[in-house]
Amino acid sequence: MHPFSFTTAESADAALRLAADDPTARYLAGGTTLVDLMKLEVEQPTQLIDITALPLAEVTTLPTGALRVGAMVRNSDLAHNEEVRRRYPMLSQALLAGASGQLRNMATTGGNLLQRTRCPYFRDTAMPCNKREPGTGCSALHGENRGHAILGTSEACIATHPSDMAVALVALDAVVRATGPRGERAIPIAELHRMPGDHPEIETSLAQGELITAVEIPALPFAARSLYLKVRDRASYAFALASAAVAIDVESGTVRDARVALGGVGTVPWRSPAAEDALRGRAATVATYRAAAEAALAGAVPRQGNAFKIELARRTLVRALTRLEAHAT
Amino acid sequence: MGTATEQVVTVEVALRINGAAMPLALDPRTTLLDALREHLRLTGTKKGCDHGQCGACTVHVDGRRVLSCLTLALAAQGKEITTIEGLAQGGELHPMQQAFLDHDGFQCGYCTPGQIMSAVALLVEPCGPNDADVRECMSGNLCRCGAYANIIAAIQDVRGEAKQ
Repeated sequence: MHPFSFTTAESADAALRLAADDPTARYLAGGTTLVDLMKLEVEQPTQLIDITALPLAEVTTLPTGALRVGAMVRNSDLAHNEEVRRRYPMLSQALLAGASGQLRNMATTGGNLLQRTRCPYFRDTAMPCNKREPGTGCSALHGENRGHAILGTSEACIATHPSDMAVALVALDAVVRATGPRGERAIPIAELHRMPGDHPEIETSLAQGELITAVEIPALPFAARSLYLKVRDRASYAFALASAAVAIDVESGTVRDARVALGGVGTVPWRSPAAEDALRGRAATVATYRAAAEAALAGAVPRQGNAFKIELARRTLVRALTRLEAHAT
Repeated sequence: MGTATEQVVTVEVALRINGAAMPLALDPRTTLLDALREHLRLTGTKKGCDHGQCGACTVHVDGRRVLSCLTLALAAQGKEITTIEGLAQGGELHPMQQAFLDHDGFQCGYCTPGQIMSAVALLVEPCGPNDADVRECMSGNLCRCGAYANIIAAIQDVRGEAKQ
């Protein structure tokens, strides 16, 4: 691990000042990604700014009905929050499907959004990787790519975004609140994560030194009927091969509205407007769900090791929708 | 990995472990796990993968189970840290430690301190009542010997008693 200085930030302003002039500074929250990657020397910050003491650990309901989740709320606390369980069950389920009890006690809401890919080439400094070292090439394109993405990929990078929580949050149209040298701003979560394109090293739309302070989840009454289904190599404590976050509003057998996002298959948490369009206004039947799954995976680009994910993701989505409908009636 | 010529700068770190103040001078890179094992000789907490994947290093920070290998010692200041050495009271084993003995919940024993620290934390977590629930709640603690069946039995034994 490379040497670094360590400071505990007493306020968000103090944290911003410390990070402002130092592109090699990193905010430290739960540390579950950052400390791991520092040990691997994938991350080499010269300054760590501990932000866990900042007063950002509250979950509150706003006058608009939105649920405001502080950036330092731990994943386990958010998963078991009564409002989350009642209003957004898919979010609670996604959180509990991620990592382990210990990691969920450490990991924060803001940190989870910014967790880095588990691509083994990204994590190995001996291997070429455009994300870690731009211009060196992508080892996964013709390498071990069973776990890699099939949606949102480029010839420069096919790394999967690993978060479960973020998949539920993109389905819920969450808004990320950030503060930075140029003030506070609201970022629709769909604009937070960037697809790799020619610049896989740029993963988010956050500016240098910008700090996530909260995530706001808009009121969405029909999300009270929602579900997160995760398919993985073992029953627990594994990253998704495919997952689906779904909410569906059915009246008299017809889908009035739907939210669909996929995990484990995208370079970013993957919202699927095409699947939602294929559901809206149609009969709530398996045939409709299959059509939505076809639409969701229409643009998938398989590689040698991960072609199975196309059918797996389709079936995951169909099963999630079917199970949700079965629970509702 | 530091080189021999690299100058190691240490900083004062005030840890509180098993109820006692433990002032240390540490390289900022030191994890809580290494502080416990290498600087305080509290070697009950084990280093397995050192990357947050096995659970052998599980300790309690302010009453919640966390991984000491991914916690920097500096970030654990001002918190109440409990290790496996802090569970027994006055020479009497914690009921979970006794249950692991009674149910033969280990073979080689290397993962055991982490298993027990997780299991003790689980007693106050919202974990469902069934064996399957316990398996899910304990999935962050790997046992390469495969003592899982007896580990579940030990935990359920203690949880059953707690309910009475």
